Amino acid sequence: MAMNRSAMKASHAAETVFRTDGVTKVYDTGEVQVHALAGVDLQLYAGELAVLLGPSGSGKSTLLNILGGLDHASSGKVWFRELELSSLNDRALTRYRRDHVGFVFQFYNLVPSLSAKENVALVTDIARDPMRPEEALELVGLAHRLDHFPAELSGGEQQRVAIARAIAKRPEILLCDEPTGALDSKTGIQVLEAINEINLRFGTTTAVITHNAAIRKMAHRVIRFQDGRISDVAINETRVPPSDIEW
Amino acid sequence: MRALDKKLLRDFARLWVQALSIALVLGSGVAILLISFGMYGALENTREAYYERNRFADVFAGVKRAPRSLERDIVAIDGVWAVELRTVAEAILDLPFRPEASVGRFVSIPAGDGARLNVPLLRSGQFPDPQSSNEVLVNEPFALANGFETGDTIRANLNGRRRELTITGTALSPEYIYTIGPGQLLPDNETFGILWMPQPAVEAAFDTVGAFNDVSLKLTRNAKPEEIIERLDDLLEPYGGLGAYERSEQLSHSFIEAELEQLRTMGYILPPIFFAIAAFLVNMVVGRIVALERSQIGLLKATGYSNMEVSLHYLYLAVLIAIVGVFLGWGFGAWAARGLAQIYAQFFTFPYLLYRIPVTAYATSGLLGIAAAAGGAILNAMKAAKLPPAIAMAPPAPPNFRRSALDGVLTTLRLSQPTMMVFRGIVRWPVRAFLTCLGLALAVAVLVASSFFGDSMDEIVDLAFYQSNRQHAVLAFSENAPETALEDVENLPGVLYAEGQLGLPARLVNGHLEKRIGIDARRPDADLSRALDDRGKVIVAPEEGIMLTERLASQLDVLPGDSVEVHFLTGLRETHDLTVTGTVVQFFGLGAYIDATFAARLLRQSPRISSANVLIDARAIDALHARAKETPSLSGLIMFSKMRNAFRDIISENILVTTTVYVVTAVLITAGVTYNGARIQLSERARELASLRILGFTNAEVSYILMGETMLLVLLAQPFGWALGAFLAWAMVTAFSSDLYSIPLVLNRDTFGFASVVALAAAIVSVLAVRRRIDTMNLVSVMKTRE
Ligand SMILES: Nc1ncnc2c1ncn2[C@@H]1O[C@H](COP(=O)(O)OP(=O)(O)OP(=O)(O)O)[C@@H](O)[C@H]1O
Ligand SMILES: [Mg+2]
Repeated sequence: MAMNRSAMKASHAAETVFRTDGVTKVYDTGEVQVHALAGVDLQLYAGELAVLLGPSGSGKSTLLNILGGLDHASSGKVWFRELELSSLNDRALTRYRRDHVGFVFQFYNLVPSLSAKENVALVTDIARDPMRPEEALELVGLAHRLDHFPAELSGGEQQRVAIARAIAKRPEILLCDEPTGALDSKTGIQVLEAINEINLRFGTTTAVITHNAAIRKMAHRVIRFQDGRISDVAINETRVPPSDIEW
Repeated sequence: MRALDKKLLRDFARLWVQALSIALVLGSGVAILLISFGMYGALENTREAYYERNRFADVFAGVKRAPRSLERDIVAIDGVWAVELRTVAEAILDLPFRPEASVGRFVSIPAGDGARLNVPLLRSGQFPDPQSSNEVLVNEPFALANGFETGDTIRANLNGRRRELTITGTALSPEYIYTIGPGQLLPDNETFGILWMPQPAVEAAFDTVGAFNDVSLKLTRNAKPEEIIERLDDLLEPYGGLGAYERSEQLSHSFIEAELEQLRTMGYILPPIFFAIAAFLVNMVVGRIVALERSQIGLLKATGYSNMEVSLHYLYLAVLIAIVGVFLGWGFGAWAARGLAQIYAQFFTFPYLLYRIPVTAYATSGLLGIAAAAGGAILNAMKAAKLPPAIAMAPPAPPNFRRSALDGVLTTLRLSQPTMMVFRGIVRWPVRAFLTCLGLALAVAVLVASSFFGDSMDEIVDLAFYQSNRQHAVLAFSENAPETALEDVENLPGVLYAEGQLGLPARLVNGHLEKRIGIDARRPDADLSRALDDRGKVIVAPEEGIMLTERLASQLDVLPGDSVEVHFLTGLRETHDLTVTGTVVQFFGLGAYIDATFAARLLRQSPRISSANVLIDARAIDALHARAKETPSLSGLIMFSKMRNAFRDIISENILVTTTVYVVTAVLITAGVTYNGARIQLSERARELASLRILGFTNAEVSYILMGETMLLVLLAQPFGWALGAFLAWAMVTAFSSDLYSIPLVLNRDTFGFASVVALAAAIVSVLAVRRRIDTMNLVSVMKTRE
């Protein structure tokens, strides 16, 4: 905990965006109970880019889902600024997601029947103060692919459309679950650059889950998971831009 | 437009074949609903308005001859609001340019202010001069059919004198919306007409001066018709009352009523079937889409779309399908209604245009269609709403294949793996397999329930015209005649052979049940007009006792062996208890039969006849008609041969239309169910099938797996369809039967065979359309797409 606080002071001296307090998540599959999260205390600070690492099944996605308002914790408390997420009902969580959160998933999750621009419009249609879809796509370097359908885009391009879609609403938080998991290193780097760029330009608090330890170099902080708990938090004194990362 | 709406439209466009196949099924329901309830409402409203404006009576009665002074007593009956006393009688007409004798029903126009009840509505020309003795107003269809114009003349035998009558105009009456001549089975406006004539002229012609033979009553609002009928019968009794009856038994009214009932039945039975199938198909398609789009649903929710917005998105897809269906249904319904209106116009004459479907019928059918589709989608839309956003991110769990009891059986059968896959598929989705089967069975059922009609009609024609009634014509006498009159009939030109028959109006009573009918008294050796049992065997009227038609027996709740009170309404008006000796099958009207000798003995009179059934030498037919026109003792000459042909024509025309309609609907249902079923299977099994192809299975083997399941369900559906169809046919026959006519339930092997052939053909074509997709399946892309 002490290290956390000093890390915050060192890097940002910023306010806390997320705070969790003893969050657990238990999946009851009938025969067995899976403790996906076994007490997580974590803070994420405004403007930081945190990378979450950990073995498969250690609970990273579960935590990200809870932070993003996709899922409820079994116990413990979660705050987004002053808002206690753990006390919200489904409707309020929807509102929260709509207004504050951008998601990027491993499998892009683009709507195949909508063009790149329209996929982004899906979000800008319902956001409070969105940028124009074209603008968002330009930010990820896809200004020339506006009218392409997902089937006509490469994996990296699809993932960048997904990022454009996530950031088009100017979210305060960007949550990425293995955004490069399905990509080769070259396209993966393009995607990470886009994420990094957004973080820099808009100060969007960003959490990136990855299995690729090399990626940790671009983070302000690296949070490691083990068996549903945080096992280690490390601060990067010198960040490496994604273009210089190799894997 | 919002991106989500674009997705909706693109999804819809991509699914257009499936959407169209569902829309067609749904549209069929909408069309039938539109036709049945639209036409029903239009017919009923117009009829009500017409009855109201032209003061159609509530109670009717015939009497032999009663003095006009009785009017005071009738008016005095509590609940009677207005009384009309008339003379109504039939006579043979001699129409210019027409060799056959026609029949005219003369109806008196009351002196003074003219008709108070059953007011004729003038269509052209004018009413006859009340003082004239040779002017008539004729009913419009009669004038149109014969090309009469105002000023034309026709000749009639009135009271033994040939009279020349001038037509002053044409009219319609609520009493004769459906106009059918005595002894006829179908309206024939060429040979039967209504002639309104001033009262003095009719009274003179039919010898009823100062008297009447027909009463109509209009009742006050809260009057009880049963009591009034009883009082009226009492009053008319001494003068030969033939029994008063309510509007529901009035001939024209009851025919319209039967037609309305058919429309209503059609509206209740068929649209629910179509809607249910459409809902099932929508459910299947939307269910598949929701399953396919789990991750997209999750994404929408993750980005902040509410549960409501997500479920509406899928509901709208169903609504879009429904909208297409509704428009198709409206278009087809409006077109078909116009065709139906033309058919109606042949039988029913209304003074104002009514065959217009009211806007409310459009609105109701449209809303119900949309509701059906939305109902089909609602469960899956709710499922989409319930998908938790986080779980929606994960791919769907592979369906749970468990070992079941069936597996043991399958294993011992040593089936090939592809066949195994077919069976497992059915076991995996038992509910869906069952509903698919049900939908296919309904298509077969619709075919069975419609095509049996043709066989039934054949049976009716065969029984009514070739086995029961084999006479060429019936000669009706104005007055009952002694049996010796048959000799005169046989001496008429062209008559080869004649048999007599006596009609005895009577009231049959069993406890509180009673029915007014005409009893036929016949010679046991009668050969032209015979009664048959349900196996087509001739039944000879017993020497004592009475035979009833099945429907009459059941309405009176009597069985053979029971006795029934017979109140004869003519002659000495005696009442006798007669034993019911048997029941007879008959498709037209309610009848009863007794032996002529027995009748004579019972009524203590020498045998008499009221009509003669004759065989005619076709070459001398014109001569016979010419003589009939001059014979005052005849009131009608009904040509059975002509009626037979007219009946045949109308039936075969109608059957052709209805069979076409039902075949088309059955094909739509079958195609809708099989095509969508196969498409969804293809979608679900695309990977599986592609892997098999990659493993080296041939296209044919792979198609076999896909088509096998669907075709197996199609085969399984056949026996269900037959049973369901038989039930539906039975329900329709029951619903359509009335006192006027009934329809036999004739189910031949051909009917079932035809239904199955049509259904199988439609299914095979639909499945082959899906198979084409397997042939062109891109193995690489199928394997690459994530599900
Ligand atoms: N819906 C669920 N039902 C039951 N168990 C679940 C469910 N979702 C996750 N789990 C379990 O919870 C644990 C944590 O899962 P989680 O997805 O958070 O892991 P992860 O760290 O993201 O792993 P990976 O790196 O493989 O994505 C795992 O053991 C997983 O099996
Ligand atoms: Mg994960």
